[in-house]
Amino acid sequence: MSEEYDRTTDRLACALGWASLGLGAVQLAAPDAVSRISGVDDSAGARSAVSLVGARELFHAGVLLGSREPAPWVWTRVAGDALDLMLLGRSLADRTGWRRQRVAAVMAAVAGITVVDLYTAVRANRSRGTRRMEHPMDLHAAITINRPRKKVYRHWRDVENLPRFMAHLESVETTGDGHSHWKVKGPLKRTVEWEAEIVEDHPDELISWRSTKGALVGNRGFVHFSDAPGGRGTEVRVKLIYDLPGGKVGEVGMALARLLGEHPEQQIRDDLRRFKQVMETGEVVRSEGSPEGTLTSRQVRQRPAQPAMR
Amino acid sequence: MKANCWMGRNTVEVREVPDPRILNARDAIVRVTSTAICGSDLHLYDGYIPTMKKGDILGHEFMGEVVEVGQKVSTLKVGDRVVVPFPIACGNCIACEHGLYSVCENSNPNAGLAEKLMGHAPAGIFGYSHMLGGYPGGQAEYARVPFADVGPIKIENGLTDEQVLFLSDILPTGWMGAEMCDIKPGDVIAVWGAGPVGQFAVASAFLMGAEKVISIDRFPYRLKRAERAGAQTLNYEEVDVLDALREITAGRGPDGCIDAVGMEAHHPTGVVHAYDRVKQATRMETERPHALREAIMSCRNGGTVSVIGVYGGLLDKFPMGSLMNRSLTLRSGQCHVQRYLEPLLGRIRNGDIDPSSVVSHRMRLEDAPRGYEMFKNKENECNKIVLTP
Repeated sequence: MSEEYDRTTDRLACALGWASLGLGAVQLAAPDAVSRISGVDDSAGARSAVSLVGARELFHAGVLLGSREPAPWVWTRVAGDALDLMLLGRSLADRTGWRRQRVAAVMAAVAGITVVDLYTAVRANRSRGTRRMEHPMDLHAAITINRPRKKVYRHWRDVENLPRFMAHLESVETTGDGHSHWKVKGPLKRTVEWEAEIVEDHPDELISWRSTKGALVGNRGFVHFSDAPGGRGTEVRVKLIYDLPGGKVGEVGMALARLLGEHPEQQIRDDLRRFKQVMETGEVVRSEGSPEGTLTSRQVRQRPAQPAMR
Repeated sequence: MKANCWMGRNTVEVREVPDPRILNARDAIVRVTSTAICGSDLHLYDGYIPTMKKGDILGHEFMGEVVEVGQKVSTLKVGDRVVVPFPIACGNCIACEHGLYSVCENSNPNAGLAEKLMGHAPAGIFGYSHMLGGYPGGQAEYARVPFADVGPIKIENGLTDEQVLFLSDILPTGWMGAEMCDIKPGDVIAVWGAGPVGQFAVASAFLMGAEKVISIDRFPYRLKRAERAGAQTLNYEEVDVLDALREITAGRGPDGCIDAVGMEAHHPTGVVHAYDRVKQATRMETERPHALREAIMSCRNGGTVSVIGVYGGLLDKFPMGSLMNRSLTLRSGQCHVQRYLEPLLGRIRNGDIDPSSVVSHRMRLEDAPRGYEMFKNKENECNKIVLTP
């Protein structure tokens, strides 16, 4: 996370969240009073419209106050403002006299709020660049393995071992000279294949690799081995970088992957857990609830804890 | 085979399920000869442990005869008679190397689930939710025992099933509860809960040199059992426990306080009980921690509170101020059973402890549903039920 990230925008967004909470509560608690003040109490649908707007305000409050980075959520308020202005515009056209004046006054107030919302939202967009890392998908995980560094390194260095504990890998074949051919079970049961090469190899310390050709999404990875303190074995730290297209496209891609049952952060943690099991106990540990061993998607959809049919 | 399955809150059914088979090279299959219903099974029965699934086979206290071993099990052979510890432990990770078997780092394939609730994952346990591994339990005709080269202890003939069965859980659990109090000559130990674990904690505290042990419960028949083990008893529905303990210890408070109750405690004051009962029923907290609260409040300054009763998640109104300001030590854990098997088997052999004395009922496996109901409602002075398949 960038140090110069603009906290002011988040604070502003939070304040708007509290405003939504207050307004929403009033609209839900006293819809009649609100429609009177707004000059629309002559319409039959006013009461329910005000309640609906109130509920929407509570939604804004929820996402703004409940989020760790509320600023981008201000766009939901901007959309709400647009809707309000449209509704008020139609009410204005239908009315005359003191009611018309009241509607106009409320419209002016909403327009003023819209300016503040838009300002915050635009500010949030501008500061995003400083917060987001260059790559939308940067995964890392670490685990301690009760085995000597040399052994742990050697097992990983033989990349053909990787599918034993990396659940989504179908196979890795070395093709000589640090090059290898990777096959992956992708979402929707499609197989994805690519070539990779080892870029750096410091025995017992570090291996880094990158995809060379054929990869749908370019990817790179590092694995770092160090002695855990006090004879606790080896600390293994993994970082994977996927060169997803930046900005919205990448984010939508990630959201789509999650919908298809991929949880990349959890997957890499589970991969390391299996690596630890293989190194320490000799194989991947299985239970009847998770017969394949630690599997991210299986943890969401467990089998009952009873033996399966043969 | 037949197995006792969890079918939802307050429902267990003995059903026909497939026989277990070897999944890992270090597995063994055990034909169960005796299995027991544990007080902690009632937390599952009552539906307070998250991540249970319809059809899960229950039971984590069992023993039997080895009928098949995986290719990497060299310590056991077909025909061996074994007691199986309830935590599943690999014996290779740092935790196991330090004797912390119930937090084995490798035996829980669903560690990711447990991490969400607890931060880090404990070991897998037989028949005790998917968050703790999704392993079928031993209330069945057969059970698969992972890491069979580490956990099970061989039993020579000459000892009955009932004498050794409780090595699987409640005897070492009671023992560890007392051990965590670090008992010194002259110490007074108070034990909340006079169920089988509490009874074993009483016996263990005496064996470790406690001067006086006080047992707290509300069922006279259970208090009577504790009394037989030498304890002074308090019925919390009749006396104010805090006051009574002050009186007994001349104002100091017990040196060690053992919570052998856990997450479904009762409180003599209706209002307080109702408060936690409602919060628990609506899942706003998972625990009803009256016993733990009282244990903390009662303990002498600088004393130790030892928690062996099972808790599942979050609790409210925890007297942290009392714990911190009075220099109390809080120790806890699922029992590291593997650590205690040999020494406790020795004590059974030489007659220091006779675990079979806790058994009050013997039933067929098929009668498990009736057993759960009776155990839950404390009917017929039910203390401990042993099931035979």
